[in-house]
Amino acid sequence: MAFLTFDGVGIAAMAAAVPSHVIKNYEYTEFFPREEVKQVVDKIGIFERRFADANTCSSDLCFAAAEKLIEDNQIDRSEIDLLVFISQTPDYRMPATSILLQDRLHLEKTCMAFDISLGCAAFSYGLSVIYGLMQTGHIRKALLLDGETRSKVYSTKDRKTAFLFGDAGVAALIERNEKYGKSFFSIHSDGSLGDLIKIEGGGYRHPSSLETLKERVVDEYGNIRNDEQGTMRGGDVFSFVIMNIPKDIKQTIAKANTTLDQIDYIVFHQANDFMNNHISKKLRLPKEKVPSTIAKYGNTSSVSVPLTIVSELKDELEGNKNLLLSAFGVGMSWSTSIVPFVDCKISEIVEV
Amino acid sequence: MQLDEFISNFADLFDDTDASEITASTNYRELEEWSSLIALSVIAMVDDEYDVTLKGNDITGCTTVEDLFNLVQSKA
Repeated sequence: MAFLTFDGVGIAAMAAAVPSHVIKNYEYTEFFPREEVKQVVDKIGIFERRFADANTCSSDLCFAAAEKLIEDNQIDRSEIDLLVFISQTPDYRMPATSILLQDRLHLEKTCMAFDISLGCAAFSYGLSVIYGLMQTGHIRKALLLDGETRSKVYSTKDRKTAFLFGDAGVAALIERNEKYGKSFFSIHSDGSLGDLIKIEGGGYRHPSSLETLKERVVDEYGNIRNDEQGTMRGGDVFSFVIMNIPKDIKQTIAKANTTLDQIDYIVFHQANDFMNNHISKKLRLPKEKVPSTIAKYGNTSSVSVPLTIVSELKDELEGNKNLLLSAFGVGMSWSTSIVPFVDCKISEIVEV
Repeated sequence: MQLDEFISNFADLFDDTDASEITASTNYRELEEWSSLIALSVIAMVDDEYDVTLKGNDITGCTTVEDLFNLVQSKA
């Protein structure tokens, strides 16, 4: 069972970058009637998103966030011994984007760097991997970069996904220090649900071809996309979340020997407001403990948890705070973590 | 679990469809207002009211409101 406990590792500082281009969802009416758009937008509670331009990749957003982080915290680049880049929108199929970022950020060649290709649940995954490596005692500082340009992944003519996703990048500095105390990670995978959220074509199972790029009507609602664009079975994702997420949160809290009252903030993956409200209600969570950025940044996949921390908790993390992070998505994979924040320094969000 | 109450809960999920249009024998997917968004509301309502988790296929696999009621009842 992947229930992991670490001691004396924590997030010392965070920064985030978003594209400057704001998409107003009510006005996103090129392919659908205004009235229908309003219905969808009101239901999902996503009013604005940020879209990267054609030349901006996830790595560029992470680079901007990392530079801000390094500058604001006067980090000595030569002390960064580990760089992990989380994304499913990398620059190239190879090499790994993390390696290119090692050079762009002028980190030492002794720096360990690799990518983690996971979706919405990946921030906690990444933390658990880094915390584990940090406990060896031989890594001084680590950078976790988490970026997505999901705006480029989905069809603008598929109403099931056209209004949900946005772009962003986050950088987190991770250090060892006794002051952090214990952190807990509950991590799950269920590949039998691999079809719930998927891009069928363009990998090595169904390589890119004229066929995979052909736009077609895919369902009874007249939604249009090609096989290199993402699909999502929203109803089944929702069922999955109802069945698994509240249970995992309760179990993680019990295993960490704590209570909901002792948790200062619960940060959910920002899937959509309808789903997030349903889970919050089911768990009877007080609204003031559940920060949200869904209305202004939409669903930014794995970035949504750390972006919400940077955006909403910037001035709330003085002293010791206990955060519960809950995220779920493509795979399906899901993670719940309880991580202590101690005087975490959070930078202003950068626009790129 | 009462069929009448289920129909009433189901009808509440619609904004533009009059509750009188929704009966036990209504083929709900043929209602003009039916959409994948309302399907999400059905999943949420059934979870809230009956503590049953429906899947996407459960909703597309049923025809009438009563079929859906029977399915929820069998899972409760």
